[in-house]
Amino acid sequence: MARIESEVGIRTNTFMKWVDDRFPFTETLKYHITEYYASKNFNWWYIFGVLSMVVLVIQLLTGIFLTMNYKPAAADAFASVEYIMRDVEWGWLIRYMHSTGASFFFIVVYLHMFRAMLYGSYKKPRELIWLIGMLIFFVLMAEGFAGYLLPWGQMSYWGAQVIISLFGAIPFVGEALVEWIRGDYAISDVTLNRFFAFHVILLPLILVALVFLHIVALHHVGSNNPDGIEIKENKGPDGVPLDGIAFHPYHTTKDLVGIVVFLMIFSGVVFFAPDMGGYFLEHANFEPANTMATPEHIAPVWYYTPYYAILRAVPDKFWGFVLFGMSVVLPVFLPWLDRSRVKSIRYRGWIHKMALSVFVISFLMLGWLGLQPAEGLYVTLARIFSVLYFAFFLLMPYYTTIDKTKPVPERVVFHG
Amino acid sequence: MDKPMRLISGLAAMLLSVGVFAATEIELELANNDPDDIESLQRGARNFMNYCAGCHSAKYVRYNTLGRDLNLSEDQLIENLMFNAEKTFETIETNMPMDDAARWFGQPPPDLSLMARARGTDYVYSFLKGFYLDPDSPTGVDNRVLVGTSMPHVLWELQGFQTAEFEIDENGTVQFVQFDQAMAGSMSSEEFDEFARDTVNFMEYMAEPIRSKRRALGIWVLAFLMFFWIISSMLKKQIWKDVT
Repeated sequence: MARIESEVGIRTNTFMKWVDDRFPFTETLKYHITEYYASKNFNWWYIFGVLSMVVLVIQLLTGIFLTMNYKPAAADAFASVEYIMRDVEWGWLIRYMHSTGASFFFIVVYLHMFRAMLYGSYKKPRELIWLIGMLIFFVLMAEGFAGYLLPWGQMSYWGAQVIISLFGAIPFVGEALVEWIRGDYAISDVTLNRFFAFHVILLPLILVALVFLHIVALHHVGSNNPDGIEIKENKGPDGVPLDGIAFHPYHTTKDLVGIVVFLMIFSGVVFFAPDMGGYFLEHANFEPANTMATPEHIAPVWYYTPYYAILRAVPDKFWGFVLFGMSVVLPVFLPWLDRSRVKSIRYRGWIHKMALSVFVISFLMLGWLGLQPAEGLYVTLARIFSVLYFAFFLLMPYYTTIDKTKPVPERVVFHG
Repeated sequence: MDKPMRLISGLAAMLLSVGVFAATEIELELANNDPDDIESLQRGARNFMNYCAGCHSAKYVRYNTLGRDLNLSEDQLIENLMFNAEKTFETIETNMPMDDAARWFGQPPPDLSLMARARGTDYVYSFLKGFYLDPDSPTGVDNRVLVGTSMPHVLWELQGFQTAEFEIDENGTVQFVQFDQAMAGSMSSEEFDEFARDTVNFMEYMAEPIRSKRRALGIWVLAFLMFFWIISSMLKKQIWKDVT
């Protein structure tokens, strides 16, 4: 027995040596997985990065199978989705996973971004991780938008009509730009075809490349932690951070528990409420696109509504578009807007905590208001929360400077 | 919609307030249909094929699929439901030429495969019960839920005819008060409610034939994940024992 095992061992070793001489396999594995040290005191906020990866994989895999039966043509698209839902083996499951995955992608990414805001993960030396992450978010928004046109339902059509026509607000080139995006004078078969190309190849390629860069940057700098302490500043004699533990097997087994819990929630929606009461699959999208009949109330899918509410809060079309764009882009500047000496909310003063709370409330309220008709009290509320949303970012250099911080401990807080 | 679905969507509605379609403010009657009630679905299929499918298609629904899902034998299917089709794998089409229909009614009768899902079962139920006499209308009737509908009161033999009472409220808008029976049909009001409920139930089935299978499978998926959660938690605990 022992002899056979050792022989197998020798053979795999020589094989691995052959590979490693030609490709840094073992080295890469160690660098990114078995000897990548991350803080041992991660809390559950740290699950949303890996969950974003899980959802990305779900979307890529289900997307491939959907592509096999979906027809990107105005005349066939709606019927081909119903064909997938009714006649393709397990097509309904694949489609529901993909449509539910779209909403969950935004849920986990929003929570992942919020985690970074809680613990100052965007601050030096992780600015580039944050910037790449913001690019991922922008590509994801475009990906979701292009994908939403594909079922060619009423909301697909009219939602795209409204959002694309926003670019018409840009002076001089606006109308030409809108035509260039649509490839036609209205949303049409041509638009559907190119959006399909964007959705299934262009944007996913960029997305995967950016996710790769996001992780390369992260593993170079090292993960932040709920205390916002650089664990690399306290290394043991073996060069391993004292507060760090290997990604595998420690963080992987912990992440697995989180992934299972996530899958329970995800499956709960897929199997028991795939429409989510009209928020994940809008009711009007079960009617095929009708260029002659505008739905009574056009609302984008929930994950765009905070920005949409800001757009509608401004009475002027052009400035509405500008503020809409700013509201999406502003978080990019967080690493430089935040002047605080400490990273984590644990050691910040009450001013920052209050500002962050106001931001969260504003974001959620704007999300809700974006679903309501733009009239009366809703508009007033949208204006108030838009101002608060911008104030959070624009006043940040001021309030993070005057905010009283608490002393940060040498080592991370961990209750074994 | 059945109870758990109503609860979930009700919760979602509470969380995010009045839904996506706040503009439709006509009060709807609750269909209270149960898509798990196979007998009701069978009656609904009979109603649909006899009263709706003459003009409305359900072009995404196959006869053999609904036969299987509604526990009907091939013979039962062919004899009782397949008036417009030769083969059981065909979908529910109508024989009425759509171009002519568009000329007769102003627009072709819409396909009903997904109507219950697009508008909601309560909407369809209220629509079916909502026809009232209106001498100004070309069809002699109008509908409380879809004002100005071009659909005639197809079910008049069953429901009879009713008149509608409206009043003008303090804001100056016309509000529906109640219906009064003007001419009795072959069914009592309760019987007609059942008829409409079964029909709507079948339409909810047509909108998503996989519904009951998806829920049945979901229980197993969640049970497995529960089990796997215990395993993964134990694994995590074991691995993390030496982290101090």
